[in-house]
Parts: sequence; structure tokens; C-alpha cells
Amino acid sequence: MTTMTDPPQESFRLSMLLNDTRYRSYTFQFIALIVLISSIAFLMSNLFSNLAAAGLNISYQFLGSPAGYDINQTLVEYTSQSTNARAALVGILNTLLVAFLACVTATVFGVIAGVLRLSNNWLVSKLMSFYVEIFRNIPVLIWIIIIFTIMIAVLPGPRAFRGDDPAASMVLNAVAFTNRGVYIPAPVWGPGSLVVVATFILSVIGVFAYRRYATNLLYATGRLLPMGWPSLAILFVPTLLVYFIMGMPIGLDYPALKGFNFSGGIKVGGPLIALWFALSIYTGAFIAENVRAGIQAISKGQSEAAGALGLRPGRIMNLVVLPQALRVIIPPLISQYLNITKNSSLAIAVGYADVTATLGGITLNQTGRAIECVLLLMLFYLTISLSISAIMNVYNNSVKLKER
Amino acid sequence: MKKSVFFGALTVAGLAAGVAAAGTLDDVKARGKLNCGVTTGLVGFAAPDANGEWNGFDVSVCRAVAAAVLGDASAVEFVPTTGKTRFTALASGEIDMLARNTTWTFSRDVDLKFTFVGVNYYDGQGFMVPKELGVSSAKDLDGATVCIQTGTTTELNLADFFRSNNISYEPVPIETNAEAQQQYLAGACDVYTTDASGLAATRATFEAPGDHVLLPEIISKEPLGPLVRHGDNEWGDVVRWTLNALITAEELGVTSANISEMAAGTNNPEINRLLGTEGTLGEMLGVDADWAMKAISAGGNYGEIFEKNIGESTPIGLARGLNAQWTDGGLIYSPPFR
Amino acid sequence: MSNTHAAFVRTEQVPPSPPPANAAGPVKWAKDNLFSTPFYSVLTIVALYVIYLILGNTLPWILNGVWGTSSLAECREVLDGVSAGCFSVLTERWNQLLFGFKYPADQYWRPALTFLLFFAAAAPVLFYKLPRKLLLFTAIFPFLAYYLIWGGTILTPILALVGTVVGYLVYQRLVSGSFAAGFFGGIAAAFVVWIIGGMLVPDNANEGAMLQAVPSRDLGGFMLNMMLGVACVSLSVPLGIALALGRQSDMPLIKWICVIFIEFIRGVPLITLLFVASVMLAYFFPPGTTTDLFLRVVIMITMFSAAYIAEVIRGGLAALPRGQYEAADSLGLDYPQAMRLIILPQALKISIPGIVNVAVGLFKDTTLVSVISMFDLLGMIRGPILASTEWNGVYWELLGFAALLFFVVCYGISQYSQWLERQLATDHR
Repeated sequence: MTTMTDPPQESFRLSMLLNDTRYRSYTFQFIALIVLISSIAFLMSNLFSNLAAAGLNISYQFLGSPAGYDINQTLVEYTSQSTNARAALVGILNTLLVAFLACVTATVFGVIAGVLRLSNNWLVSKLMSFYVEIFRNIPVLIWIIIIFTIMIAVLPGPRAFRGDDPAASMVLNAVAFTNRGVYIPAPVWGPGSLVVVATFILSVIGVFAYRRYATNLLYATGRLLPMGWPSLAILFVPTLLVYFIMGMPIGLDYPALKGFNFSGGIKVGGPLIALWFALSIYTGAFIAENVRAGIQAISKGQSEAAGALGLRPGRIMNLVVLPQALRVIIPPLISQYLNITKNSSLAIAVGYADVTATLGGITLNQTGRAIECVLLLMLFYLTISLSISAIMNVYNNSVKLKER
Repeated sequence: MKKSVFFGALTVAGLAAGVAAAGTLDDVKARGKLNCGVTTGLVGFAAPDANGEWNGFDVSVCRAVAAAVLGDASAVEFVPTTGKTRFTALASGEIDMLARNTTWTFSRDVDLKFTFVGVNYYDGQGFMVPKELGVSSAKDLDGATVCIQTGTTTELNLADFFRSNNISYEPVPIETNAEAQQQYLAGACDVYTTDASGLAATRATFEAPGDHVLLPEIISKEPLGPLVRHGDNEWGDVVRWTLNALITAEELGVTSANISEMAAGTNNPEINRLLGTEGTLGEMLGVDADWAMKAISAGGNYGEIFEKNIGESTPIGLARGLNAQWTDGGLIYSPPFR
Repeated sequence: MSNTHAAFVRTEQVPPSPPPANAAGPVKWAKDNLFSTPFYSVLTIVALYVIYLILGNTLPWILNGVWGTSSLAECREVLDGVSAGCFSVLTERWNQLLFGFKYPADQYWRPALTFLLFFAAAAPVLFYKLPRKLLLFTAIFPFLAYYLIWGGTILTPILALVGTVVGYLVYQRLVSGSFAAGFFGGIAAAFVVWIIGGMLVPDNANEGAMLQAVPSRDLGGFMLNMMLGVACVSLSVPLGIALALGRQSDMPLIKWICVIFIEFIRGVPLITLLFVASVMLAYFFPPGTTTDLFLRVVIMITMFSAAYIAEVIRGGLAALPRGQYEAADSLGLDYPQAMRLIILPQALKISIPGIVNVAVGLFKDTTLVSVISMFDLLGMIRGPILASTEWNGVYWELLGFAALLFFVVCYGISQYSQWLERQLATDHR
């Protein structure tokens, strides 16, 4: 705080650097700069002399050389002959995939648990606080390992599906839950399927248009159109019609046991499921607390005032409480999303091929380029975090209460 | 702990820096302890027992080096390292030598600048499958899910093997041996692959070891040996010749049982040179004249160490095979002590 | 008015009849709290079923558990096919789980004593109603704890203590002139004492010391989690305050250094910082020196939690009304005075629940050190215990035990935090 006004001084004396508040901050900053530069220089000189002593150098050429190892889950094409950079890309995409999935489900878990915790049902609210406390107070690494262990121990291996009287069977003959992952049917796109997909997309747009029209109508004339069943109808009827008219062009490829594993269908790998579920249920407990705090932060007067205006309870929630609660809920929610992204680096414990496991794991092991790999790894997480923070700042500014 | 102790520790560390920075051999002598990097736990090679004592094949090499240099086989600090941390630990001087079933490869030697002082175990990557799968060859493994313990050259060998045989597989990389074992036993993977010695060690801990078979294919050469930093040749020599002393002792029939009578002098000049009763080998190496005697008494000669930790009488039950003395048709061969 | 006695008027009140069965007692409670609407009734039934599922599977497993066998094979023999826990692993490896596998067995009393003393030292900080003189013990505790846990020569902790005391005295003397002079003078004095003292302490001082010296590599088990948690949180609070003040500073350079530091640390996962500690940091120390892994990990975790604590305190600073700053200025207080006397006491009070939350999170995150080959509680379980021939395959008992330990500690801390929040609540909502 340098808001004090000083009487004007005639000439500059050296002691003013320390005593005069106008100049003192420059002195401090100068000292800080010197300290900063010298410590960076110290660390760097240590680094280079250590590296020189060990005969090493900093080089990123390993990124262009073949990785040599295989990855079990890849979103882009990858073989063991691809480069280390490509392996890192596979890892990055896998990180983003599990983080995205976990963010979605954690929000669902969190909102449900947070709302139920405030419910009047004693048993349910106690059960929810038990859930929140037990997940918030035990390390996420332990949860990841426990959930992965449960999954491996409880679900049957593919071998159990074999034979005339198998120990396990597929759900609806379409979905197989194994301890290596879940196999679900994959769609097969026949000719004409494009039309069906296009119809479906148009229907989705149609639903939004209808809802918008209904809201505008409500505000303009006060007429209330039904929302629920027309939306469903718009969503499904045209698509189903087109689907049958086109002669059912989209088929399903069911997974079937072949050799050691199931083949066909889509495999959602076991490590992905374990990590996804562990992160969602762990972070869900935190989000539940945020949601609860957000709803409780809205003063009772708000809902009472809305009630006095004659709004129904559902509308009080939708139109009065939630819009205000969201302002409180969203910022911590986004930092929980950040936490999910960062915690996904614990994939290493369950063998999921995220970026920490590829770039910071196998590539680091095989090339021995520890400094380069760790730096790249930090750079990636930093980029993600900063972009999410930037989005959050934009949001915060847009919903900020305007004050004096 | 408050800030001050932390800074105090830093100052003390800074002061220690003043006296260090000579050769590793002098450092070790001045410190009175050998810092030896080992694995975080692989029964038979390096694992702490219920009392916290480290035991195993690699551990015995560390103990022999400590005995040769310091005269005390227990003057060893065992630093557990993972596949990720081991090379940095060695390069940065945190450990003096690494005896962590590490494969001697070109790039580790040349690019990462380490000196492998020899080979104490000739290994190769193998496969273990449950008997009930009825698989008799690794080439039948098309489409199998394979558990790999990461951190060694295992991933690369595996990729090469399946690629060259044009069959597919699904890798499941796992950090620790215990977790890999858990997944394999639960059927989350069909095959477990790592070094054949590690497979045998792992199988020995199973409830029913007989239900699992090791496939005949060994898909890689894995010469495992202790390594030191490049550029400190005196220290490299000490570790190299300690290992050679253990091997030579077995070849010449010097055991921990008869070493004290042999040290009194024998008719065999090579034994005398080895045990320091003739010649000045110890002095040339910069250690005591009876260095090799101490190293051998620490845990016995190479054969004894092998039998005690991983041999056929132990649960791990490895045959000597390639690791027999060259006189018995194996590859274990030490240059002469002359 | 006279008393009239009419036959049809009662002279005394009728005793209240009990309410109908469905409007009182457990039935009413159940009706109000469990079955108030059809939706809630369904929820209640689902919840009951979930509770039944969980308890029905775990209770027999726990109650039939076997204690006192010496290996898993023996335990399986005793169980004879019944599915139940083998809790013998906990008793057999109890010391390893708590202290790691390398801490000398005859010295276990030292960490145990430190643990007890820790409560005595923490009490005056946690409960501000206790006499303030107890803080003196809190100030001595770090040195005492260091001596008890690491052992070796008593000269090291005494030297550290003397340095701190000298630094504090110099600070006291100079602070009346200017805070900056006192602060930096105190630190400089402490360093002078340490460096001079460090030269005086002989190299072999650890030999023949009263308490056997234990290298920090030999620390492990839950003790390691506790030590990392306590050390890093207490180190990071002052650092966090400094960073928060720096971030609010008017000086652009200092502000930007703090912003970059905080955002960088908060932007990367702890595990990458631990990788830095285990594979990179060694290269940044002067050539020829080695710093043990424990210290490197403490440095990285402290930086990590300091960044988070700084953000919490910044929130506290921002929550203070501007009037407080202006009032301090108008009293003629300079910046350090205003901060020490007006701003920080209030801002810290607001931030305490947040700091406790960070502390709980940090304590949980100390389990991550198991990934970089340190044998904390989880590291012991995943490494030596599960890899041993005797206990290969005991997952649930060990993981459950670890979860329970962490739950007890973290739940305790969060209950304390809520209690404190109620104590400190001075606004009357």
C-alpha cells in the first residue's frame, strides 16, 4: 500500500532508496531480480556441469525415433514402429478421454449426491453424507487401486464365458463384462446410414427449436405448451421412420468369444473403466459438497419471495434458486475438473496408457531421457490447466455481480 | 520440522559438498558405506525380508563389493529404485553402483554413458501361461492379452517378437511385479512376460505353482549385470574385479567354507594371487590385499550365491543353465587374475 | 363472581390421550423422514437394499476373519474354503506398516514418542483457548522431533535451535527500526550461526551418539506419511503467506514472480513434481553433492502445498473489506505493520478452514510417493509386503487397513475444521 502522500523532496539522496516509499519498491524489486537471476544461474550452472560430468546432453531427438513398444488403447493409429512423439500423442488423447468421461460422470454423481444429501429423507441423506465423507477422506490413489482390484476380482475373465455350461454369460447376448474390460456391440454403417444419422441430427436441432419457440410463446402470450412428450417425439419418431424406410441400414456387430479374447464390438478397456469410475466417484464426493454449499448459499428469502409471487416449487428451483446457485457452484466445479485432469496421471497405478504412462513412463524408461520427458509432461499439463483456468476466468467475469 | 532445520540440512549438505567430489572409490571409503541401487522387491534377486534385511542375488554382489572396499559386508545402504529412477540415481551420484537386474544394451552403455562391469546373470525374456490354456508355444498366443512388467527392455522385445511373427496381442503394462501377478492370477491377462528368472521367482510364490508353465521360447538376450558411471575407471575396476573374483573363486574351488585355510597359502599361484598372499593385486586396485578374500567370505563364491538365493534348492529353483561356469558348458567366465 | 358448580362442567382437565399410532413415535418419524412421498419411499427401499448388499457382503468377511497365522497359506488352511479376511497380515506386519521395514526395531519407541509429543505440540496451535505459554513447546518440538526420529548427534538439532533463537533475537532487536531490516537481519544471523556451527560439528559426530542415527532412507510406513504431511504443511504455511502477499503486491516484478510460481505449481499434477524430485532435482544441486530423496520430496511437496495455501490466503485477503486496508493506512501504519496487525490476523482467520482442507488433501497426496519408490504405507503394501512369499495375494485386508487409517486421520481433521469454523464464526447469520 503506497497510498501515503509524501511532501515533495528537492533532491534525490541515496538513503531515499530505502526510506522513501516512492523509491523503496524499486529497491526491493531490484533485489528480487538479482536474487532471481542469480538463483536461476546457480541452478542452470549446476545442471550443465552435472550433465557435462555425466557426459549427457539435453536433446529432444528421441521424440522422432521409433518408440518400439505397443499400446493397448489407442485413439489414433499407432504401431510399435511409430515415433515416441506419436506415443506421447496417443497418451495425451487417452488422458483427455478419461478426463472428459470422468468430468461428465463425476458431475452426475456429484449433483445427485448433493441434492439427495439435502433431501428430507433421513436415510438417503445419511447415506449420501456417508458416501461423501468416505470418499473425501481416503486418498484417491487408494481408491483407484481398490476399485481396480474389485473389478479384476469380481468380474469374470473371458475364459469363464467358454464351454457349454459357462460360468458367466453375456448380458442380453450383446454386452460382456469381463475383467479385461467391457465389450459392447459396435454399429456397422451400411449404405444409407448417412441419411438416418442426418435425420437424427436434424431432429436434435428440431427439439431445440421447438423448446425455444415454446419459451418465446410463453413469454409473449403466456400460453404454456407441453415440453416433455413433444420433445421425445421429435427426437425419435422421424429417425425411426427413416431407419425403417431405408431398410435398417445400421446393424450391430456383436462381440463374440474368439481365441483368447472377445473379438468384434467395441472394447472399453478395464484400466480405463477402473480409472474413469474411481475418478468420477471420488471427485463426485467433492462436487456433491460444492452443490450442497451452492444451494444452501441461496438465502431462504429468495425462494420465499418466489413463492409469494406464486411460482410452483419446480419453477422456484429452475428459475430462482439454480441460476443463483450456479454462480456459486461453477467455479469450484471447474477446479474439480482440473483436479480430475491432474489426478488422471495416477493411471500409472492401473496400467492405463495416459500421457504419464507413455511419455513419462515407458518412453522415459526406454530412452533414459528423464529431464526432457518430465519437462514435456509438465508442459502438457500446464497447457491444459491454463486453458481451463482461462475459460473459468471468462465465465467468472461474465457472471460477476456488478458492484460499486 | 520448521524451515530452519531444512535450511540447516541444506547447509550441512553444502559443507559435505566441499569434501566430496573426488573419485567414487575415495568417496565410498570416506563415507564408510556403499550406496547400492537395487530393485524395489523381486524375491531371489533383491527383496527385504520380514526383518527388513535385504537379501538376494543382486544384493550379494553389493555386499561383496562393500566387503572388498570397506571390509564389512554390512556397510551397504540399499537404495530401492524403480525402472524410472535407477539411471538418474546412478548418473546423479545418489548411488555408487546399480545392481538391479539391468540389461546391458548398446544405448545404455553408449548413449546414457554407463559402464557395465560384467554379467552376473544371463537371462532372457520368457512367457508364463496357465496350464489350462493348453498353449505350448509362444507362437500360439495370437490375440492374447499379455501382462508386462514395465521398466526393462521387456516392452520392446515383446513388440519385436509379435511383429516378426506377424501375430497380434494386447499389452497390459504394469509397474510392480506384485500387481502384475495379481492381474495374471485373476485372469485379466492370459500371459505374463518378463525375464525368465523373474517368472520363475514369481511362480515360486504362487499358491499352486504347478498350474502354470513357462513356455520354451526365450525371445531375447538379457545379460544382466552391475553398472557404474562412465568415466570413473578406478571404481569401475573395483566393481568389475570383485565380480570376477567371485566367479574365479568358484572356478578354482574357493568357497566360504575353505577360504580361511586357503588364505594361509596354497600350491595354486592363482588362488594365492586372488586371495592376496602372493603379488600386489589389491594394491593395484587401490584396496586392501585381502579384498577378494573378504568379498568371497561375505556371501560365498558365485556358485554359492547362486545356490543360496535362486538355485534349485530354493523356491525359485533356477537351474544354472547358461550361468554355469565355462568349464561346465556355461557362459560364466572370468578373465585371469594375473 | 362466585364459583359455580355445574354438573356438566368438568373440574379438572382430561389427561391428554396418546396421539394416534401413526402420528407419534417411530412410526411418525418414519412416515415423515422415510416415506413422506412415493418417490422418497422408493428411495428408502433402494437405500435399504444398498445397505443390505454392502453389509451382507462385508460383515461376515470381517467377522470371520483370521488373526494370528504367519502366512497366507496357513491362513487359507484355517479358513478351509470359507471366504473371510486374513487379518493376520496386519498383526504380523504391523511394525512394517507403521514404521517401514528398515527402521531399527529396537528404536520404534522414538517415532512413537514423537507421535505422542506431536499432539502436545499441536494442541496450543489447534485450540487457542489453551495457555499461550504452551507455544514454547511447539517451538521446540521440530528440533526435538528431528532428534528423536533421525537420532545421531544432538549437536545438529541444538545448532539448528541456536541458529533460530539467534535469528529471532536479532529480529526482535531490529524490527522496531524497520520490519525488513529485522526480517532479513534475523535470517542472515541464523545462517551465520548455522554455517559457523556446521564447521564446528565434527564429521564423525554421529558415531557413538546417544540415539542411533537413522538415515532418512530407512523411514517408511505410515510414519512417513505423517512426517511428510506435518512437515510440508507447516513449512508451506509461511511460504504460502509470503506468496499470497507477493501476489497482491504493487510491485510488478514480485507480483509476476509469485503469479508464475503459483500458476505453474497449480497447473501440474503432484506426480510430475515428484518425478522432478526423483529423476531431475538431483541434477540441480551443486556437482558432487547428493541430497537424500526425503529432503527432495519435502521440497517439492512444500512448494506444491504452498501454492495452494497461497491461493486460499489470497481468497482471505480479498474477502476483507477495502475499509480495513484504508483504515490501516489512515492510522499511518506502514505496510508490514498494517499486514501484521490488521490484515493478516483477519485474513488468516477466514482462511483457516481452507488451509485445513489443503492440509487434508496434501496428507492424502503423500501416498503418491509410493510411485517413486518410497516405502510409505501404500508403498509398503504394494512393494515388500505383497511381493513377499508369505503374503502374496492379501489385497483387501491391507488396502482396507490403509483406507481406514487415512479415513480416521482425515475425518478427524475435517471434524476439527468444522468445529473451528463454528468457533470462529463471528457473523451472526
